[in-house]
Amino acid sequence: MQTLSGKKALTFQELLFTLQRFWAERGCVLQQPYDLEVGAGTMSPDTFLRVLGPKPVRIAYAQPSRRPADGRYGENPNRLFRHTQLQVILKPPPINVQELYLESLGAIGIDLREHDLKFEEDNWEWPVGGAWGVGWQVMLDGLEITQFTYFQQCGGMDLDPICGEITYGLERIAGFLQDVDSIYDIVWAIEPDTGRKVTYGEMRLPEEEQFSSYGFDYADVPSLWKHLELYESECLGLLERARGLEKMQPQELKRFPVLGAYELALKCSQLFNLLDARGAISVTERVGVMARIRTLVIGVAKTYAAQGEALSALQLKGAA
Amino acid sequence: MPDFLFEIGLEEVPARMIAAAEAELLRRTLALFERERLLASPAEARSYSTPRRLAVLVPGVLAQQEDISEDLLGPATKIAYKDGVPGPAAIAFAKKAGVDVGQLRIVTNPKGEYCAATSVKAGRSAAEVIAEELPKEIAAIYWAKNMYWRACRPERFVRPLRWLLALLGDHVVPVSFGGYDAGRITYGHRVLYREAPIEVTPRSYVASLTNASVMADVEGRRRTIRKSLDKVCRTAAGTRWREDHALVDKMTHMTEWPSVILGGFDPEYLSLPEEVLVTVMRDHQNYFAVEDTSGKLAPHFLAVLNTAADTAGEAIIRHGNERVLRARFNDARFFWEFDQRVSLADRVALLASVTFQKDLGSYAAKSERVRELSAKLGFQQKKSQVAVDLNALDQAALLAKTDLTTDLVKEFTELQGVVGGLYARQQGYSEAVVAAIYDQYKPVSMEDGVPRTVEGALLAIADKADTIAGLFGLGLEPTGSKDPFALRRAANGIVKILAETPVELGLGEIARAAAGDDESLVRKLEVFLAERLEFYLREVKGQAYDVVKAVLAVRTNLVRDAVARAEAVTAVRDSEDFAAVSAAFKRMKNILAQAEEKGLTSRNELDVALLKDGAELELASKAADVKPEVVKLRAGTEYRRALELIATLRPQVDAFFEAVMVMDPDAAIRDNRLALLSKVLGDFGGIADFSEIVVAG
Repeated sequence: MQTLSGKKALTFQELLFTLQRFWAERGCVLQQPYDLEVGAGTMSPDTFLRVLGPKPVRIAYAQPSRRPADGRYGENPNRLFRHTQLQVILKPPPINVQELYLESLGAIGIDLREHDLKFEEDNWEWPVGGAWGVGWQVMLDGLEITQFTYFQQCGGMDLDPICGEITYGLERIAGFLQDVDSIYDIVWAIEPDTGRKVTYGEMRLPEEEQFSSYGFDYADVPSLWKHLELYESECLGLLERARGLEKMQPQELKRFPVLGAYELALKCSQLFNLLDARGAISVTERVGVMARIRTLVIGVAKTYAAQGEALSALQLKGAA
Repeated sequence: MPDFLFEIGLEEVPARMIAAAEAELLRRTLALFERERLLASPAEARSYSTPRRLAVLVPGVLAQQEDISEDLLGPATKIAYKDGVPGPAAIAFAKKAGVDVGQLRIVTNPKGEYCAATSVKAGRSAAEVIAEELPKEIAAIYWAKNMYWRACRPERFVRPLRWLLALLGDHVVPVSFGGYDAGRITYGHRVLYREAPIEVTPRSYVASLTNASVMADVEGRRRTIRKSLDKVCRTAAGTRWREDHALVDKMTHMTEWPSVILGGFDPEYLSLPEEVLVTVMRDHQNYFAVEDTSGKLAPHFLAVLNTAADTAGEAIIRHGNERVLRARFNDARFFWEFDQRVSLADRVALLASVTFQKDLGSYAAKSERVRELSAKLGFQQKKSQVAVDLNALDQAALLAKTDLTTDLVKEFTELQGVVGGLYARQQGYSEAVVAAIYDQYKPVSMEDGVPRTVEGALLAIADKADTIAGLFGLGLEPTGSKDPFALRRAANGIVKILAETPVELGLGEIARAAAGDDESLVRKLEVFLAERLEFYLREVKGQAYDVVKAVLAVRTNLVRDAVARAEAVTAVRDSEDFAAVSAAFKRMKNILAQAEEKGLTSRNELDVALLKDGAELELASKAADVKPEVVKLRAGTEYRRALELIATLRPQVDAFFEAVMVMDPDAAIRDNRLALLSKVLGDFGGIADFSEIVVAG
């Protein structure tokens, strides 16, 4: 596989290896993708919850991200129901974070001297999570390859220290490196024995076809609502019990399942997206349902922060 | 005298914020230097900026402030001294003035003998003052959106700082901000010069940066981009690039070392609507559209790069940009075809699930309201003999918002309305319907054009008026600088449409039609619309403050009429006769106001028999002569000629005030004179209240 610049282009999986190795060598702990459906890498607790509190974090992971409304039954060469983000979390961000990022481009075979690179203003916001940041979309020869954000608030709380978040769009970058016009033509891997190319389409097309039709045509609306209510009420129940957090015994405090509550909230968020794609949320309901999910997500974030504070207070007392 | 150079190095600043920040840094620096007496003469200061830096260069800075001496008056000597020996009061005063007690002088003034001292405030070095004061100025720069980045959040700025440079001649000025101490080092282009530090002096700054592939001068960069666009465009024969000042500006602020490439796309995409292609290129890709000599879109684009690539590099960059554009066009084509599987008529029902505003319901509800309102306004046009196709208007109002349910609009929100119009044309609706839907959001700004047809103008007015009335009704009117629903812009749009289309509607009629029976809401809308008319006359039409006041002092309903009157007043206001007449009218108004305060009446019928002085007879007779013609001209909206005619009253008006004493001891004569003035003001004040006109000198 060769590109216009005459270099050998990375396969999809080599691209992932290379970026992971690059960031691992720069101190990031590699985490596995979060094993729950999310709309973006930011929603994984490795980002959304770890950015809270004072503890430094360096972590990287590939996160499959599901957006039911973006499904196109596999017919559109540029859109996916599920795409892959490589998420790099640097808290606090090192001073040379931009330069590190540019180095990572070099590592995947992009020689900036033969490309046009721009950092164009693009501020990120997730109102349901009370989260926002300022940053850029990184444009390479007119293609947005990365979202670069300085996280400022999460769960409605100011972050201190703030967090740098680098989100690589892996399909975009692979398509660029391999110079293909359809995501489905991306070479995912090359079989070492035969040299046969395994394409993205071969690996994922059926999933796109079926989940598009599930999201748009098949998903059972009354069941989705029922699921939403069940997850919501369980999450609210946990948040309710977390009200007594400061009075808990150390072991109870440590074991209190805020992370479980977050998973329940994520389930609700995903169900909302499905209902939305299904066209099942009416005007009057929409604002209200979003507010309900916001209550859950922000409630979890606040509880997580409170638990962290209570635990570190205990540790201080223990050390004293 | 040394030159002062200051540069803030930053991670890429949003293009939209750079120009204002550069100007503000220059303004603040100069104000600081002025305030601190660091300038020998008005400085020819310069400022520079790129996405990664803001800089100012102030030549000829005083290295040291001059000392200031000030004479201070102290306590009376009889309090300060006892038997010639300085007491506590004298000592305290000397301390305050910063002198030895022995240096106190004695002065005598009408109140007696007092201690005095000359206090000298030593000038500080420029470096010291700048180091202390400049950081406060940097911190105060306004950013539309800023951020924290350092632990414990010590400061906010638009993006993290990366270096500071502050030099007074060859010496570093110890300015600190954002965790950096200033040095003498700057940095060049990210890719073309890499991370090598560059040592500069104030004089070498621009040249050193040029050498490091950074054009620090904004206007220089703008010229380079324009010239390159011209030059590169010439490589495609028979084409020219579409002028786009906003995009040139954006690219000027997104590059440090700009160059331009020409790219192409498959001509088969030209079958998509031009509006869609241009939006994709301009708004999503920052590309300039290229057209042939007849103005038709050509299958090319121009991209501004922030680099200088060699031929091989350019080929790679062109290929990449063409690939992205192809994907974007494919997407657009997919949406364009996909959307047409459902007709606009069938989409009307879908509007019930699109929220307009949570308390005002869905777009289906809004469409119904707009339909009703536009029908009302349309009917009034018929009555005013303005040609309007009421069926087309109704159809357009029904379908106007349906494009909000299309994927193309969800993808390219800036094309709302336009897309609806294009689909309506595809689906065989008449051009009147198409144009009305297409233009419904016009004008989106005061620079934008107005709807091309009466139906479009009425739909646009109805849509905006419905939004304004709805949100006012919820108490969500704009306050101060806060206008989250852009209601001022909507009302400005209504005023502009009324001024620039044949539509015959008064602001009051619109307020009433939109607000229904709610009298207090009608009143609020009238006031709001009148404010926007004032804004339009002043900011868009450039009319002077006093002219606008004079014109609006006369009851105003029709916008076009107010504009015509303002233009006429402006045209004649500088003529000597008119100025004299306005001054005289002001005097008349004052006299009448004073008379009213004293309880005198000016409301009598003018009794010609009571006029005895020659001058007042002359004024009355000239006014009576001129009046019919003025009335005729005014009715024909020939305001300028009417005003010129009014100005011919000057000799009689002047003579009147020269010779006649209005407040005659004889009450009957006095009241009759008041009646004369009142009549003159009444007969000739219908175009503008001239007494508001400020007369020079």
